[in-house]
Amino acid sequence: MSDVSFTRSEVRPAYRKAADETPLVKAVLVLLVVAVLAVLLFAPLLAVFAEALADGLGASLAALSQPEARSAIWLTLAVTGVAVPMNAIFGIAAAWTITKFDFRGKALLLTLIDLPFSVSPVVAGLCLVLLLGANSSLGGWLVASGVPVIFALPGIILATMFVTFPFVARELVPVMIEQGKAEEEAALTLGAGGWRVFRTVTLPNIRWALLYGVLLCNARAMGEFGAVAVVSGKIRGETATMPITIEMMYNEYLSVAAFSMAALLALLALVTLVLKSLLEWRYADQLSASARH
Amino acid sequence: MQIEIDEISKEFGPTAALHPVSLSIPSGALVALLGPSGSGKTTLLRILGGLEYPSSGRVMFDGRDATGLTVQDRRAGFVFQSYALFRHMTVFENIAYGLRARPRRERPNEAEITRRVNRLLDLIQLPEIGKRYPSQLSGGQRQRVALARALAIEPRVLLLDEPFGALDARVRKELRQGLREIHDATGLTTVFVTHDQDEAMELADRVVVMSMGRIEQVGRPADIRTRPATEFVREFISA
Repeated sequence: MSDVSFTRSEVRPAYRKAADETPLVKAVLVLLVVAVLAVLLFAPLLAVFAEALADGLGASLAALSQPEARSAIWLTLAVTGVAVPMNAIFGIAAAWTITKFDFRGKALLLTLIDLPFSVSPVVAGLCLVLLLGANSSLGGWLVASGVPVIFALPGIILATMFVTFPFVARELVPVMIEQGKAEEEAALTLGAGGWRVFRTVTLPNIRWALLYGVLLCNARAMGEFGAVAVVSGKIRGETATMPITIEMMYNEYLSVAAFSMAALLALLALVTLVLKSLLEWRYADQLSASARH
Repeated sequence: MQIEIDEISKEFGPTAALHPVSLSIPSGALVALLGPSGSGKTTLLRILGGLEYPSSGRVMFDGRDATGLTVQDRRAGFVFQSYALFRHMTVFENIAYGLRARPRRERPNEAEITRRVNRLLDLIQLPEIGKRYPSQLSGGQRQRVALARALAIEPRVLLLDEPFGALDARVRKELRQGLREIHDATGLTTVFVTHDQDEAMELADRVVVMSMGRIEQVGRPADIRTRPATEFVREFISA
């Protein structure tokens, strides 16, 4: 305070914060990230759309309205429509169990939830075939009773659920650990029953994490290839989902059809991302209010 | 309400948090459970509130066995250490929560809920903050809202876990007075946990000194000061 001139910012020497880097380092890092994004993300996306529209929008739409393509689109929507809600419920249950109770084997359960991340989807698919395929006793019985699982819709849903299981739980566990049990306990002392506590306290507190988890899960579920390829049997117009149909079309040199469907799949993923950004922007106040406290 | 704690013990796995302790709390008393961390005072408070069940022993409320009573049925107003306000609800909704959670036939109508919440906001001397969210309040305001929320259920007993722990010294003095006034106005049997002997001595009619899961001494603040019963009490209150 002895030197008045130093309180004016323009005459103050340009001190850097301890954690700051020099402008050169900053510029190099930013350029590097942009370059990687451009090469790895934007260029392929552009290429897909360019290839899809190579013969014009009309040809692309015509390719998508072929019965085979329409069946694939409906199948993918149906599979995600079942797998994502199921995984949301299981994810909430798993996160609730892990964060609200103390029990033996909790660490093991956490590791098991991550298992689908580390197991190759193809291996997961093969396991399902071994367990439930027509050659196993359980699978034989299922086929005999008219509900075949492998090479049919239930198998595809199961495989998709296996692969996308961790997303919701992984998103919820850290949030629920950080929030602790105090608010739930407070609600209990105020006379609320378990279901009411979940509905009015737990669920509102985890809704953002839950939404992110569901969006990630959804994106992954729509795009799953490996596990579904094994259990579906790739029956055209019946058990071929969008990613599988894309591969089959591409192998048959139907490039406009393949890339049109690929573009549609990418578009669905982009819509999810935009949706997430919109929600974040719309509810920015609430988000920061619930993050602080 | 009169509370009788009869040989209550609590084990968490192999460790004993409470050795069998007995304590009698007269109706309308303002009691401090005083002790260092790990003395079992919070465990005892949570057992009174129904948030933990004792490993053995009984809790009697007005001569009736309340040991097996669920947390919802106890009607014990509980103020948590970090207040545990519902962060996604306004102050008004926080205080109204207990009223809305009642079974339909006992639930007051909307006008009655508004009337009661406003009365409680007046009682804690924050009549204007109903529309705010907890994150927009100061520490002292949060504590008073937590108190109002606990009082909204017309509790039979008021239990507070380190109610002034997270506040700075000036606010703490003010709120001590506030709690005393609310206690005197409502006549509720009140039990609070603290590790601060000044707080216990200044605020409580009766102080329970605890250490290592045992009750070392029970008495009026003046008696504990002049006649500490054990070596631990002598050292703890002179610290």
